[in-house]
Amino acid sequence: MDKMPGWADAVLVPLISLLLAAILSALVIIGIGEDPVAAFKLMVDGALMRSSGWGYTLYYATNFIFTGLAVAVAFHARLFNIGGEGQAMIGGLGVALACLYIPWPNWYVALLGATVSAALFGAMWALIPAYLQAKRGSHIVITTIMFNFIAAAVLNYILVNILRPQGAMDPATARFPEAAQLPTFQDMFSTAETAMFRGAPANVTFFLAVFMCLAVWVLIWRTKLGYEIRSFGQSESAAKYAGISPIKITVVAMLISGGLAGMMALNTTMGEAERLVMNATEGAGFIGIAVALMGRSHPLGVLLAALLFGFLYQGGAELALWTNIPRELIVVIQALVILFTGALDNMVRMPLEKLFLAARRKA
Amino acid sequence: MDFATLLQVLDSTVRLATPLLLACLAGLFSERAGIFDIGLEGKMLAAAFFSAAIAAITGDVWMGLGAGILASLALSVLHGLASITFRGNQLISGVAINFLAAGLTVLIAQDWFSQGGRTPSLIGAGRFEPIILPGAAEFAGVPLIGPIYAELISGHSILVYVAFAMVPLTWWLLYRTRFGLRLRAVGEAPEAVDTAGVSVVGLRFVAVGICGILCGVAGAYLATALQAGFVKDMTAGRGFIALAALIFAKWRPWYALYACLLFGLLQAVALRYQNIDLGAFVVPVQFMDALPYILTVVILAGFVGKAIPPRAGGEPYVKER
Amino acid sequence: MNTAVAAPETDPLLASVPPAIQLKGISKAFGPVQANKNISISVKPGTIHGIIGENGAGKSTLMSILYGFYKADSGQIFINGKETQIPDSQAAIKAGIGMVFQHFKLVQNFTVLENVILGAEDGPLLRPSLNKARGVLKQLAEEYELNVDPDAIIENLSVGHQQRVEILKALYRQADILILDEPTGVLTPAEADHLFRILDNLRKEGKTIILITHKLREIMDATDTVSVMRRGEMTATVKTAETSPERLAEMMVGRKVLLQVDKKPAEPGKPVLEVENLRLTDEKGVERLKGISLNVLAGEILGIAGVAGNGQSELLEVLGGYANATGTIRVNGQEIDLTGKHSDGQSRRARGIAHVPEDRHREGLIMPFTAWENTVFGYHRDPKIQSGMLMDNAAIKAEAAAKMERFDVRPPNPKLAARNFSGGNQQKIVLAREIERNPDILLVGQPTRGVDIGAIEFIHQQIIRLRDEGKAILLVSVELDEIFSLSDRIAVMFDGQIMGERIPSETNEKELGLLMAGITDTAHAKMPASPMAMSEEEVQEAAEIEADAQAESELTPEVPQDAEAPSETEVKLTTTDAGAEVAPVEAQVDETAPDIRTDAAPDISADDETKTEAPAAADIASPTMPHEEPMTFSTDPVDVETPPAKTEAISLGSLSATLTQSTPERPKSPDTKSDPIKDPEEGGKDG
Repeated sequence: MDKMPGWADAVLVPLISLLLAAILSALVIIGIGEDPVAAFKLMVDGALMRSSGWGYTLYYATNFIFTGLAVAVAFHARLFNIGGEGQAMIGGLGVALACLYIPWPNWYVALLGATVSAALFGAMWALIPAYLQAKRGSHIVITTIMFNFIAAAVLNYILVNILRPQGAMDPATARFPEAAQLPTFQDMFSTAETAMFRGAPANVTFFLAVFMCLAVWVLIWRTKLGYEIRSFGQSESAAKYAGISPIKITVVAMLISGGLAGMMALNTTMGEAERLVMNATEGAGFIGIAVALMGRSHPLGVLLAALLFGFLYQGGAELALWTNIPRELIVVIQALVILFTGALDNMVRMPLEKLFLAARRKA
Repeated sequence: MDFATLLQVLDSTVRLATPLLLACLAGLFSERAGIFDIGLEGKMLAAAFFSAAIAAITGDVWMGLGAGILASLALSVLHGLASITFRGNQLISGVAINFLAAGLTVLIAQDWFSQGGRTPSLIGAGRFEPIILPGAAEFAGVPLIGPIYAELISGHSILVYVAFAMVPLTWWLLYRTRFGLRLRAVGEAPEAVDTAGVSVVGLRFVAVGICGILCGVAGAYLATALQAGFVKDMTAGRGFIALAALIFAKWRPWYALYACLLFGLLQAVALRYQNIDLGAFVVPVQFMDALPYILTVVILAGFVGKAIPPRAGGEPYVKER
Repeated sequence: MNTAVAAPETDPLLASVPPAIQLKGISKAFGPVQANKNISISVKPGTIHGIIGENGAGKSTLMSILYGFYKADSGQIFINGKETQIPDSQAAIKAGIGMVFQHFKLVQNFTVLENVILGAEDGPLLRPSLNKARGVLKQLAEEYELNVDPDAIIENLSVGHQQRVEILKALYRQADILILDEPTGVLTPAEADHLFRILDNLRKEGKTIILITHKLREIMDATDTVSVMRRGEMTATVKTAETSPERLAEMMVGRKVLLQVDKKPAEPGKPVLEVENLRLTDEKGVERLKGISLNVLAGEILGIAGVAGNGQSELLEVLGGYANATGTIRVNGQEIDLTGKHSDGQSRRARGIAHVPEDRHREGLIMPFTAWENTVFGYHRDPKIQSGMLMDNAAIKAEAAAKMERFDVRPPNPKLAARNFSGGNQQKIVLAREIERNPDILLVGQPTRGVDIGAIEFIHQQIIRLRDEGKAILLVSVELDEIFSLSDRIAVMFDGQIMGERIPSETNEKELGLLMAGITDTAHAKMPASPMAMSEEEVQEAAEIEADAQAESELTPEVPQDAEAPSETEVKLTTTDAGAEVAPVEAQVDETAPDIRTDAAPDISADDETKTEAPAAADIASPTMPHEEPMTFSTDPVDVETPPAKTEAISLGSLSATLTQSTPERPKSPDTKSDPIKDPEEGGKDG
């Protein structure tokens, strides 16, 4: 028998990890001389109590859903795609090129085109590490890290030397044309009397992100390809026996992963900045790791974890605004979440397993 | 390019290669023992902050160095706890450590100094000063050798010499001592070490500890010798370049030196020249930035020699019959 | 050893010496599983003590406790009469215990010398330790026939040589007690013979040896006393001379054993699977299949017998579509692709080839997947279980429940993960999946390995049923008795070749044993008249050559040879089977003639007549030959007294014969000193 019931594995373990991370974060806040309860209240206030707060929370969550799904899909094939950041950067390039050089009639056609372009560019950036892993056995973690740096250099070069409008100082593209700008929540939900989500960057890509959660769920648990990805992830030798090509699955899973990461750029580039800037990804590619770990690589888990991190990001920004706590607190919390849900998973799991075993013996 | 410029570039190469070399050797100890470490960056960063902070507070750079090493060591212990004791995923642990350091350094810097995540600039005994080797001034006049000795070899901080001395020392430790034999064995076949009656956990913790100390020195060098104080994210990916160098060097100490010098040279050139005009085409500075990573990918791809990592690398040790 | 050797226990001098090892009341549980229950055992110094039991009986756990790998929940350990705590391997080594694990614990890219000194260095610097070890190794090599090149890199050595390094490691640490866990599992017969000679030498020097095995033959041949383990308990300890294989087998499984599968005579039809000249070279450059040709007819079971590692696995992999090979394979007369896009498991399944793989944990099942997910594994692309773009999970679940019902999988819960089923039920899931696809050809590898007793019978019945439906079945098993009881024809594989084909009713285990050792029919027609023509050394040398030659073919090409094996050798081996009657060479005979039966010392010339002499097939599948853990049982306890006279023991590799043996390929020079793989930093500075 399994040592623990399924629900404990899927819910209890992440919750305890989260609790541990929260306790340590509180200690950090106390350590820098602030009140964690007050800080938490401020975060909730800023992130959840007003529609504009929600607007930011959901905006950040959108990023994390995409990158979280990207990491999760790769995890199912037992591949650790640490390159979401680079793939998202290059995905941004795809968005920018599509928006700048194709005359779209309206925003939804533009969104469709830009989505395809972003996914393609992101996937292409994942292709080389995937191919090298599949064919040459080059460790995908290292190659994707390297590709993050290479992506930054490539993007830097292209923005500075090619896409920067003449006379402009900062390395960024020109503003996208009107037809390629996405409606924000403010545009969508405000009525004449009440403005909702005022000034918040949340936009229509959030719904795309939620849709992608559903799509990934269907892909992983309802299709042949998903079955093969999971099989390969669990046992490469068995996959070979079943006639599942390790090379094909490695490449395909990474292409999907890269595509999802690339699509993140829709939110930041098309939805928010409306032009491509140098540091559009803001580390969201890495937060995807925390999100996927916490969400146990399940799309629903990813969605919830992404919302949590969206809350943390917006709450953290509020903290930085009103208190002496810098935004980097979120980075610490993020680190602690990765640590407890990922690396120290066994520390939480082992005592729990013993507990369940003891309980079962008594019963 | 005249001789003086060349010397300047090489001198800058040595200074830029030093943190890479220290971090690379740190990674070598850890990975040779079977513990992958992508948290070199974070450990360097933590060490850089704490060394600068303590040096700023006490005015004593040696206290700073000690604090830096301790900070880096603490993260090493965390990495060891996650990856050795609790058999967690070493890569994930490394990622977490990088973020932890990135966040905590700024958080604490802001709390302590309120200078937007910086430490105050270090002055006087708060920094490692260049050491003028005996005879540097006298020999400077000798053609060719004189300037090389005076500019290139002499005039670095003590940590530079420590870093370069670590290369033969590491080699000797690894291949000529009992400790080295066991260290290499535990990265290749921990079960062999275990059944031979040697503690796998102990050995790996020692290796991770050495890694922490060397990362500590590397970080302290960054903040107290190369520059005068800590700024947010000052490692700027050096931990990853060191990782790249380690793979490039195929986990060997002498190759590590060459790889770090090469990557140091690339950095030095990129610093000095924005774009390099080769006549027919211009090499953009971004290409120079990316070159270490590109080279590492090429090496990893096995097109230029195969980089085979230690066999038990990345896998937690579980006793099996 | 057989009865010819005086059992040391009878020696009054030894009787007064405290036992080398004494365990009292050892218990150990892993979670809910009680691996060892209150085990007590006592081993006299200077003896070989066997511990026998089925897989999972708790033998290895017990020895791991003795070696400090696991900590016992309760109980005491006495070494030479003194109570000793063994919390870790360090303590075990200090107490003079050495262990040779089933899976070697060697650092693959280190030299022999480095492996030997690892953990037993004399000081912080390596050089003095290495120099000392070099001397000690030389001495040990001379003393015990433990020749290994001290500077060879482990991964270039054959399995047999690697095992010697393990023994050397223990001896270098001055072990007086040596534990060997299933030492012959990966060895060729000749290598195994050499091992037993080494063990006998060690015993003569006063070392105490514990031999863990599930092979009755080894126990009968090599040990002085034997303990039997069953389901975590020590059921008996007896003097080997006073027991018989039948008794031991009975004690091992707890009831009397009979190998009997009811089956009608085969009604073979047209050839369904035709294989011609199949060749496979692995990535190390070793030729694993050397021109295999065979065919399987409709309605018959072709059994492939052979010692593990002689190409059977590769054959299954090629037929199953996940290894590339050259040659021709025809299914129902139509050739199939052996390389490229259309050579994978999917296309093989499409051609009606179903495959029950040798290792269900690594290949046959995805352990964390549910049972229902596993019931379509490999067939998941079948359009019948798709609805539109998606998989029709509801249909798969319903079908899975029905399959599990039909194949009596317990518990019949399709939602349970595969890892939560017992070995037998896991195998039934695989079998249900493959058989119910109604294939033309079924490949079956080790169908009852690690399978509980009750399930074995069921699995055998299913295979026979499929045969009777007119399907072609290729059965690979290392269990000779399984081969005998199921097969309609038997092909023997050795070193990537088919050595010969036999009809079960017209052959016996002895003849198959010869084929499994690579001795062809033509060779043993030229049997020398005098069995005692060679000296002891010559016998050893000959065995050594054979061992090395086989070892090479087994695993690695770059074997440093202590004896040069010419490419086409006529090696004379002396018969030792008859030796029990010859007093002066008694010791030698004992080691080299692992004949289970002590009273029958058949003349080797009988081999020529084996075919005429052979009794009926059912009897040949003798109950006295339990092999690897799985056994077939009749649940009927009455029908047990099979006369032992009808059984023939195999003594692999030690039979007298003039053998024509082609030496396996050696792609690289055997000179390991100039091996390019060697770490360039080893000698001096790198770069």
